Amino acid sequence: MNTLESKLIKVGIADLKFAKSPDVLRTSGLGSCVGVVIYDASAKIAGMAHVMLPDSKSSKKSELNQFKYADTSLPILIDTLIKDGARKFALKAKIAGGAQMFSFSSSNDMLRVGQRNVEAVKTVLNQYRIPILAEDVYGSSGRTIEFSIDTTLLNVRTVSQGTKDI
Amino acid sequence: MSFIESLTDYQLDALKEVGNIGSGNAATSLSMLLNHKVDMKVPAVRIVDYNEMMELVGGPDKLIAAVFLRIEGEAPGNMFFVLSPEEAETFVKQMTGSEDFSVQEPPFDEMAMSALQEMGNILAGSYLSALSDFINVLLQPSVPLLTIDMAGAILAEGLLELSQVSDYAIIIDTIIDDHEDENKPIQGHFFLLPDPDSFPKIFNKLGIPDQ
Repeated sequence: MNTLESKLIKVGIADLKFAKSPDVLRTSGLGSCVGVVIYDASAKIAGMAHVMLPDSKSSKKSELNQFKYADTSLPILIDTLIKDGARKFALKAKIAGGAQMFSFSSSNDMLRVGQRNVEAVKTVLNQYRIPILAEDVYGSSGRTIEFSIDTTLLNVRTVSQGTKDI
Repeated sequence: MSFIESLTDYQLDALKEVGNIGSGNAATSLSMLLNHKVDMKVPAVRIVDYNEMMELVGGPDKLIAAVFLRIEGEAPGNMFFVLSPEEAETFVKQMTGSEDFSVQEPPFDEMAMSALQEMGNILAGSYLSALSDFINVLLQPSVPLLTIDMAGAILAEGLLELSQVSDYAIIIDTIIDDHEDENKPIQGHFFLLPDPDSFPKIFNKLGIPDQ
């Protein structure tokens, strides 16, 4: 594999980026946010979203960044992949994140947002009939993830548990 | 345009003054805790997008020690006290006199974590009580929670309320200057992130007209 020539594409918070072989997608410091990779392994094309909130309908303003929400970001991710040559039936997903960084005893619903993000992501993927082949979700640690379309492995790094490929 | 992007310079200056009042009081508390003089200054009130906020502390991947607390009361919001693990160690050494611990990689020392949490508690308490007196608004800190993890993962938690109404955050930043050791100046950050609905209340109390 020509990893030396591969480019690292960084995905920010509430962001969405695409990569073709041999490039690698990375997003850093996922807490309650969820990183979603959707790819077509044969067409060698992948997209990564860094989702911050579950539902755009909860927003009090309409003109906000659509990449922030699971229900608006993922459809854009899927449509763009198909437009760029991915086949809908071949799409697979891997997800990571949705941690609860602080354990407040408060009843504030915002603090369970990690869990709600994961559920929202799964709902959208289910609607599009995209199988989730691997996931590393919940817990209380931040995660940095990296996805290589050549290996289709999602590398997950945490501060306390090191790295693993899923 | 969201509320945050339409703030006037006059309003931003007022927020900076709010930060100065709080941090002045917190500096006094910290000086007493460490038994030497510590300065704090509010260099700027910044309006940043989320990714820029992570860059302020060294990027989303950077390991930070952060005390997070929720401000409850009439003008709710979130507050962070952020140190690099190295700076956190220096602080704990000064506070406890102990050299035998690590907060740079897990497992983190329990005594050191407890000392840092208590420091966060004292600093946030004195910051908020000064603020509370100044703007005449009841503000109460929740129990502070300490976490050492990636900056992105921690700071994003404080942006959740805000992110429903804006893609930007107003950060009332405070830099701590510790002159004890000239070779290793400590540069801590205090981030005050009022909830969107709190700004009109703060401005109203300060006698500044809403736009």
